[in-house]
Amino acid sequence: MSAEAHAHGHADGHGHHGHGHHDEGFIKKYLWSTDHKMIGFQYMFTGMAMALLGGFTVYAFRMQLAFPGISVPGYGRVTATDYNALVTTHGSVMIFWVAMPVLIAALGNYLIPLMIGCDDMVFPRLNRLSYQIFLISAIVLIASFYVDGGAFGGAWTSYPPLSAKAEFSLTPKGSTLWLLAVALEFVAFLLGGINFVTTVMNSRAPGMKMFDVPIVVWMIIIASILFMASVGPLVAGAVMLLFDQQLGTGFFDPAKGGDPVLWQHLFWFFGHPEVYVVLLPAMGIVAEIITVFSRKKLFAYKTVLYTAIGTGVLSFFVWAHHQFIAGIDPRMANIFSVTTLLISIPVAEMCFVYIATLYGGSIRLTTPMLWALAFIGEFLLGGVTGIFLGASGADIYFHDTYFVIAHFHYTFFPIAFIAVFAAVTYWFPKMFGKHMNDTLGKMHFWGTIISFNFIFIPLFVLGARGDHRRIYDYRHFPDLMKPGMQDLRILATVALLVLLAFQVVFLANFIYSLFKGRKAEANPWNANTLEWHAPSPPPHGNFPEGLPTVHRGPYEYSHPDRQDDFWPQHLAGDARSAQS
Amino acid sequence: MIDALPHGTQAPLGSPAKRRPVVPSAVLGTLIFVVAEVMFFVGMISAFTISKATALPGSWPVPGQPMLPADATALNTVALLLSGAVLVAAHVSFRKGSPMAKWLVLGAWVLGALFVGLQGREWAALLSQGLTLTSSRLGAFFYLIVGTHAVHALMALVALGLSFVSLLRGSTSPGLFFGAQTFWYFVVLLWPIIYARVYF
Repeated sequence: MSAEAHAHGHADGHGHHGHGHHDEGFIKKYLWSTDHKMIGFQYMFTGMAMALLGGFTVYAFRMQLAFPGISVPGYGRVTATDYNALVTTHGSVMIFWVAMPVLIAALGNYLIPLMIGCDDMVFPRLNRLSYQIFLISAIVLIASFYVDGGAFGGAWTSYPPLSAKAEFSLTPKGSTLWLLAVALEFVAFLLGGINFVTTVMNSRAPGMKMFDVPIVVWMIIIASILFMASVGPLVAGAVMLLFDQQLGTGFFDPAKGGDPVLWQHLFWFFGHPEVYVVLLPAMGIVAEIITVFSRKKLFAYKTVLYTAIGTGVLSFFVWAHHQFIAGIDPRMANIFSVTTLLISIPVAEMCFVYIATLYGGSIRLTTPMLWALAFIGEFLLGGVTGIFLGASGADIYFHDTYFVIAHFHYTFFPIAFIAVFAAVTYWFPKMFGKHMNDTLGKMHFWGTIISFNFIFIPLFVLGARGDHRRIYDYRHFPDLMKPGMQDLRILATVALLVLLAFQVVFLANFIYSLFKGRKAEANPWNANTLEWHAPSPPPHGNFPEGLPTVHRGPYEYSHPDRQDDFWPQHLAGDARSAQS
Repeated sequence: MIDALPHGTQAPLGSPAKRRPVVPSAVLGTLIFVVAEVMFFVGMISAFTISKATALPGSWPVPGQPMLPADATALNTVALLLSGAVLVAAHVSFRKGSPMAKWLVLGAWVLGALFVGLQGREWAALLSQGLTLTSSRLGAFFYLIVGTHAVHALMALVALGLSFVSLLRGSTSPGLFFGAQTFWYFVVLLWPIIYARVYF
């Protein structure tokens, strides 16, 4: 009776009225589910599908840059208008429809209830609504390719007047649909974020105190709060831009007394915290993986937590470094230079704490661990190159060059792909009850990491040589066609093709393991956190033996008083060991 | 907010002792939503303030545009603040289990509806005097900010009306009522700031 009661303790909240193990139809189970795990999968698979779209767009426009004017296999000739639409779609899709849904919505939905030991989210139907709105937003974005004038081509930052006036952007409907899609997507994440924070506040397993919550859950929560506190001004700006596009107001139109730079402030007030919204969950994933695979307690749990909160607060005071050359007051640029350089301190600190965790551990180089280690290395490169751009003097030279592109790809690729691959390979046995193939996993890892560096190191070099971004055909700019420059562009494009080809290995491994993989036990990695206490895959209600009680922190590996080198959170035991 | 049953209250006997939430889930969820909403209004109001502050000499107040009726709007402001106060009284009597609670909710609803009605009359007057969304920056920002607040007031009135109906039917589940209250206090307390920043 008791176990049954646990599993269905919140039947009202779920909207299910059956009892016992009801057989749900396909639609109810996979498409209309209120189960947090299923919603997590919906977000994950939608995100993966959108990543294919993002990858296809970058393939088309990188081919145009390396071999201008050719007919790209699978796409055809890339016209100038196509080029703008492809670049814009690549940026928007990768950030709004890949990084955010997979890192926060998919992993947050899947992991939070399992890791804090409860049966579902607090608001399961709100959760379902969140995914449905997200799906509509993706459909609206894709639909914008098929309207008059084609998809929006004003870059993912959508600066007016280009985005506000159809006579400049030439996409009267595409720009409005783009804005609508982004707005819908924000509504979806707002609902999701409300759910995450409320669930972690009110539904933790008995005994789970503040410092017993796994770092990845903390990171998703801090990221959700950052998102909700920063998205308001952008929504305000989006409404104003929509009015400018459709109703003829002049909020951003200098001819009508408006101010185009105002949009940049509203956009980046969201846009910069957004970087940390996706960074923090990635950092959390890495923390989980390196503790498990170095069999060591996380070095300085509380430091990581407070550092993440500090990073979040500081991230609200750096946005104007995107406007150093937009005509802002140089005194203000000085202040934002200082805050921008300051924010590198907490982020570097987190990386150092992770390295300290590795020190002296018995490191196991499994596929997820390789990804986690690669994250630290590659992300540090992204962070270090950010220093050049944060200093307002150097930024005057580097602004709008490929140096900027290489910099933010060295941050976003580790976040949106390296950390996600780490998470998928690590939690795959829990998610689907099967092991992934390790050989294919390592092949995919090395193929991806090596080709990734071959794409973006050439772009750093090009950027340092002054290669301007947002150019469709470099043959029109003799200054940018100096000896060697086109060769570097071709090198980057070829490396991109290799990188894309290696993703086929991942997809093949994913699908093969899903059906034919070796069956996974409940706790294949000997990890401590609560999700490994649930069966693999966890059934509806997560913990068929009853909701767990927590007795210690999440990172008690290699504890001296214990024979096993791990000590799961739910096992009753002696005195709680000291934290920190 | 419809699934806003306080977490744990429906758990059957025999489940382990759940922690008692410090803040009920419905209120916490609404509060987080309110934080996002506050930042939304902060974005619009600061954009308006900057736009005013950077206006060229002689271009503000906008020539040829009517002044906003700051004095007449004081009445609307009083109606809305009173509505908030009545709702606080409703909350207190709900806590005591008094049957007065539902009538106080109705009172708060009527005062809130009065506010929205008075605002509508003001808009009609301003529109007839030539202040429209496209006539000037003042008009654009005025209708944007005040209109967004009005949309929120209407949403909150719907939520408050639903909780009145559920109280009338004798519901004692506080989820919807507390969530609606949280949102209504947000609408009420936001208004004086808009009034001070936009009308003067």
